[in-house]
Amino acid sequence: MQLWLIPILPLAGFLINGIFGRRFSKSLVNTVAIGSVVLAFAWVLRVIAGMGDLNTALNEHYFTWIQSGALSIGCDLAVDRLTIVMLLVVTGIGSLIHVYSIGYMAHEGGYYRFFAYLNLFMFFMLVLVLGANYLILFVGWEGVGLCSYLLIGFYFDKKFATNAGNKAFIVNRIGDFGFSLAIFYIVKNFGSLDFNTVFRQAASAPEWVLTIIALLLLVGACGKSAQIPLYVWLPDAMAGPTPVSALIHAATMVTAGVYMTARSWVVFTHAPVAMEWVACIGIVTAFFAASIGLVQNDIKKVFAYSTVSQLGYMFVGVGCGAFSAGVYHLVTHAFFKALLFLGAGSVIHALSGEQDMRNMGGLRKKIKWTYMTMMCAAVAIAGIPPFSGFFSKDAILLAAHQHAPWMYWLGVVTAGMTAFYVFRAMFMTFFGEYRGHEHPHESPPSMLIPLVILAVLSLGGGYLFKIPDFLSALFPAMEVPEDLSLMLISVAAGVAGIAVAWLMYIARPGMADSLAAAFRLPYQLIYNKWFVDEIYDAAVVKPVVGGSRVVLWKGVDSGLIDGSVNGVGSAARNIGSLLRMMQSGNVRSYATWVLLGSVLLIVAMWTAAGGIR
Amino acid sequence: MTAVPISWYLTLSAVLFVLGVAGFLFRRNIITVFMSIELMLNAVNLSFVTFAYHNKDVSGHLFTFFVMVVAAAEAAVGLAIILTVYKNRSTLNIDEVNSMKN
Repeated sequence: MQLWLIPILPLAGFLINGIFGRRFSKSLVNTVAIGSVVLAFAWVLRVIAGMGDLNTALNEHYFTWIQSGALSIGCDLAVDRLTIVMLLVVTGIGSLIHVYSIGYMAHEGGYYRFFAYLNLFMFFMLVLVLGANYLILFVGWEGVGLCSYLLIGFYFDKKFATNAGNKAFIVNRIGDFGFSLAIFYIVKNFGSLDFNTVFRQAASAPEWVLTIIALLLLVGACGKSAQIPLYVWLPDAMAGPTPVSALIHAATMVTAGVYMTARSWVVFTHAPVAMEWVACIGIVTAFFAASIGLVQNDIKKVFAYSTVSQLGYMFVGVGCGAFSAGVYHLVTHAFFKALLFLGAGSVIHALSGEQDMRNMGGLRKKIKWTYMTMMCAAVAIAGIPPFSGFFSKDAILLAAHQHAPWMYWLGVVTAGMTAFYVFRAMFMTFFGEYRGHEHPHESPPSMLIPLVILAVLSLGGGYLFKIPDFLSALFPAMEVPEDLSLMLISVAAGVAGIAVAWLMYIARPGMADSLAAAFRLPYQLIYNKWFVDEIYDAAVVKPVVGGSRVVLWKGVDSGLIDGSVNGVGSAARNIGSLLRMMQSGNVRSYATWVLLGSVLLIVAMWTAAGGIR
Repeated sequence: MTAVPISWYLTLSAVLFVLGVAGFLFRRNIITVFMSIELMLNAVNLSFVTFAYHNKDVSGHLFTFFVMVVAAAEAAVGLAIILTVYKNRSTLNIDEVNSMKN
């Protein structure tokens, strides 16, 4: 079925734009970029259409990549139901965001560079989801990390953007280190990296081996999917252009950890301890990030913490064994969070770069389409039935309740906070009086059309795409009794969150400030993001930088390496200055040396021959 | 056949060679130095011929001819250089011909 075409198309787009893009006109650049992604999307549909009942996975082997002893790693791509879901999300939402970028990036420099990176990202993301073994997955995994770094630091003349890019890259190193250790351990124990082979053997492997593998995979997933303790890079990643935040840091790349965990479900289900960790990390991250999102004033920061929090939900889903619920939330989240980011981008675009919500307000009438579409995303993320977020969040919370009730209750509280911070952002941005100075203007159609499509998906995505049913053949069945009261509680939490936001920001506008003043200490704590960045700075960054400076730089580099290199150099110079004295320029002294040399030679030969016989 | 013993020839050759070396090292006149080189070459020729005769091997004679040819060529080039040096510097003192240094 020529699966390789799917990733190769965006790669071709990247090469064309990357090499010739500088000389292309803007319309040619975006024709190439968008064309390649839309073609990939079309080819995905074609592949799905050709797969029949979808129950048998489609495997394609291209060549053997690594052959070493008994280990053989091929360049294999595979499509099964989980991959289909990911492919559709990545290429579908990717296409929409590419279209959106035409309008958003119209006035920015580096137009072709932006689209080239975006296409490169699509290539690696498709490799990631198509890979049929851990190594191909890892190639895509690292590649999307690289593109994320490049696009976060897209405005490379701004210090904060390059710093954010570095932070993302370095924090991801920690996770990727765990992931690569997991891969080595898999090779050691199973002698293969092929998903089918590994999972077939995993069922009979000892539990402690699987636990180690699963925990190491979890470290990788925490890095990529921004979970505690490695979530710190994602809020900073908002320094990149907003379409990047929507595509990479909300809809696709950051869900790679969830995808990988769901892909490795055999390993995880046989390692209950690791599963418990996944669920706990997920729920704590969901709660913790949501609490930070409550008080942020930068519109993109609010949605960034929201993304971290929603990723936490997905981890709860997969950690409780409800893999399909986790993937379900991945899909609906891709719809509404991409929409929220693109909407935020539209607002920022309308205000010529203003991101602080305190300088917004009253935009409801001025940028009507943006307002209406974002409202669709807001009700979806708040979990209001019958919109998409409700279905997936409900599925996760039900699974959490069956797993451990305390997770359910923490999840419900988080759902309330989610509704609150999203509607707080909506109210601060679109309601009340306009507090800014710029003259808002509605975005061009190229930006609004993707918003409208995503709005439809956010509202109806839960109905249109019944992911749990679609994936039921793939994952082990999990009997979760329908419980109407639990569902009502979580919906009530969402409604309550909206109501509190309405009360604090519309009905009584001064209330938020007076509450902040009344609860000064907790407010400062969450306003400063629980001081996590500062703690990491003191506990990790400072010691590492200090140690590098004193020991590695001053000690090893300057002292040892430079010392030995310079020592060799100056020793050679000293010996040379001694030898230079021989070069007197006097022919007779040279002749003396020749004589001396030949005498020595004769003596040496004589001695070697055994002296006087 | 009461021939002159071979050691006599070799001793003579060694004496001539050492004279050549000494002349090369201790004389300052370039012409003399040059003649010392010829002396050394001929000392070597003598030992070649001696061994060729002693071992009944003609290759020693061949080498002698080679050395003579080289010596002739050397004499031609060398004398030309000496002439040029004298023209340029008006001296034949070898210690003053040291422009290789600096």
